[in-house]
Amino acid sequence: MDRFVSREGLVAPLDRSNVDTDAIIPKQFLKSIKRTGYGPNLFDEWRYLNHGEPGMDNSKRPLNPDFVLNQPRYRGAQILLARENFGCGSSREHAPWALLQFGFQAVIAPSFADIFFNNSFQNGLLLITLDAATVDRLFRDAQSAPGFRLAVDLEQQSVKTPSGDILKFDIDPFRKHCLLNGLDEIGLTLQRADKIRAYEAQRREQQPWLF
Amino acid sequence: MVAQTLYDKLWSNHLVHEEADGTALIYIDRHLVHEVTSPQAYEGLKLAGRKPWRVGSIVATVDHNNPTKDWDLGIQDPISRIQVETLDANIKEYGALTYFPFRDERMGIVHVIGPEQGATLPGMTVVCGDSHTSTHGAFGCLAFGIGTSEVEHVMATQCLVMKKAQSMRIAVDGNVGAGVTGKDIALVIIGKIGTAGGTGCAVEFTGSAIRALSMEGRMTLCNMAIEAGARAGMVAVDDVTIAYVKDRPLAPKGQQWDQAVAYWRTLKSDDGATFDKIITLDAATIKPQVTWGTSPQMVTTIDGYVPDPAKEADPVKREGIERALKYMGLAPNTPIAGIAVDKVFIGSCTNSRIEDLRAAAVVARGRKVAGNVRLAMVVPGSGPVKRQAEAEGLDKVFMAAGFEWREPGCSMCLAMNDDKLDPGERCASTSNRNFEGRQGTGGRTHLVSPAMAAAAAIAGHFVDVRSFT
Ligand code: SF4
Repeated sequence: MDRFVSREGLVAPLDRSNVDTDAIIPKQFLKSIKRTGYGPNLFDEWRYLNHGEPGMDNSKRPLNPDFVLNQPRYRGAQILLARENFGCGSSREHAPWALLQFGFQAVIAPSFADIFFNNSFQNGLLLITLDAATVDRLFRDAQSAPGFRLAVDLEQQSVKTPSGDILKFDIDPFRKHCLLNGLDEIGLTLQRADKIRAYEAQRREQQPWLF
Repeated sequence: MVAQTLYDKLWSNHLVHEEADGTALIYIDRHLVHEVTSPQAYEGLKLAGRKPWRVGSIVATVDHNNPTKDWDLGIQDPISRIQVETLDANIKEYGALTYFPFRDERMGIVHVIGPEQGATLPGMTVVCGDSHTSTHGAFGCLAFGIGTSEVEHVMATQCLVMKKAQSMRIAVDGNVGAGVTGKDIALVIIGKIGTAGGTGCAVEFTGSAIRALSMEGRMTLCNMAIEAGARAGMVAVDDVTIAYVKDRPLAPKGQQWDQAVAYWRTLKSDDGATFDKIITLDAATIKPQVTWGTSPQMVTTIDGYVPDPAKEADPVKREGIERALKYMGLAPNTPIAGIAVDKVFIGSCTNSRIEDLRAAAVVARGRKVAGNVRLAMVVPGSGPVKRQAEAEGLDKVFMAAGFEWREPGCSMCLAMNDDKLDPGERCASTSNRNFEGRQGTGGRTHLVSPAMAAAAAIAGHFVDVRSFT
């Protein structure tokens, strides 16, 4: 996993609530057995005017000019602003892969779905939860001021607006530690291999039908 | 001793290690694997040079990519085929307790085969790279969906790093009326608390209406817990649970069975256990449900109407309703009963078990699918469900009525194979998600119970199954 310390970037506002993982990356792209190549198909059904299939040359497909990420002012955005319950639906990790591979480094929303939340942190995509009123304000700023940027500082747990406001966010200390250091969680768990073995041995005795 | 919830018991029983801040290492008993979310996990394992911790915990099947007809032709889509062959190769290399490859007679949807084979047992922690793993909570399990990184984590360590969730009890008391099913209870709950209502919570379903449900009904309910945003859904163990598990191929036998049952009987919330949140519902008020929008919370009763966005004060919600109605091609205030359907899909991990097929067959028996319905299909959840249905003659009932009788798999629930909606087509579906494009780009999904889906097929439009004669 890549380390995440701080990022400064253009903000793109996706003004819909309950954005599900089927919308983030439609199922036909889940047929891939690779971890990469999902960026061009992020929000595929909203972004393009024709139906997308794996293996298509996406650069030749007609873009939907109304979709926020296709508007020139948001090109190159690194921070996605979203509404509540972002990432609901399936457990596909292809959703954070697609967001990262498209170029997003962080998503700000009032709330996220649980599995998507876990998956994002496993891949170094920072999800920032801010209260609905603050997110609402950021939406207004991002929509009214072209080139609206935010600076995210994970160490300080803060988001800084162009006018100098500092918005604090909460994050689980373990997740923060892993993100800041780009740690391999499996490696960390394996440091407890002895404990896992001891637990297993005791369980094998008490509930033998499980083995 | 402090009174514990079922969730407390399952949690503490699987706790390997806990940090001062509550970050815990939880042991995983059963790891269900399918072809879509596993290839990158196996690849990760390989790249890191790690061995699986306990392959005996793995039960694997093919379900998402396979076609549901013409099995002798194999999997025609080359990309789908590669994904399935990749699972074959990974299981061959690493091993598993059991694996049902494409065309195996036990193959089926991962959340149908787990319980059916006795791979899912009360008291287990069950995970799968699939959000509907919550289904298995019907057995008094702690069961939840994980992403591919966590699939790899479980393969390598048999554990997951997590924090304890909040606890929520959803109590449904009283008797549900005829024609009202576990699916309707699930949809009512989601309509009430919303698709984020259960976020961060492990939900236990309790109450007399839940205890009256069969295991199939409980599985449908727990399956949909994820649609309410819950981390897990669960139901306490009782005689119904134990009777279902008995004599399943992977269930314990002999003395171990007795020992297991004695333990399983403790898997319920103690009297006086406290929950962080409690929701109560009166079963008698529940009517058959139909979704009208693009999220499972956009649901109403069969005698209800498509909502009018003009009556919604909150601008974000109003826009959400407007967008959903536009996508669904529905006008405000349209009566639900009467909305015509183009296709009907009976299947998915929510509603493809034998009881679901029986309920649909009761409605289809001796009748004909309406002329305006282009396709009505029944897709059993697994090979054994299919054979059981055939032994009962249900296949003949469906085919005589004009339904197609297919081979098992996920099929049109998410349309990764050829079973999909065309743009603009409207479908009565027994699956779990009505998201935009879920059943095919531009397709319009209405979630209903199996009996309601069968009735819609016969009538050609949604109709109240309770008065359907
Ligand atoms: S039937 Fe549908 S929801 Fe269930 S596992 Fe298959 S694709 Fe997922």
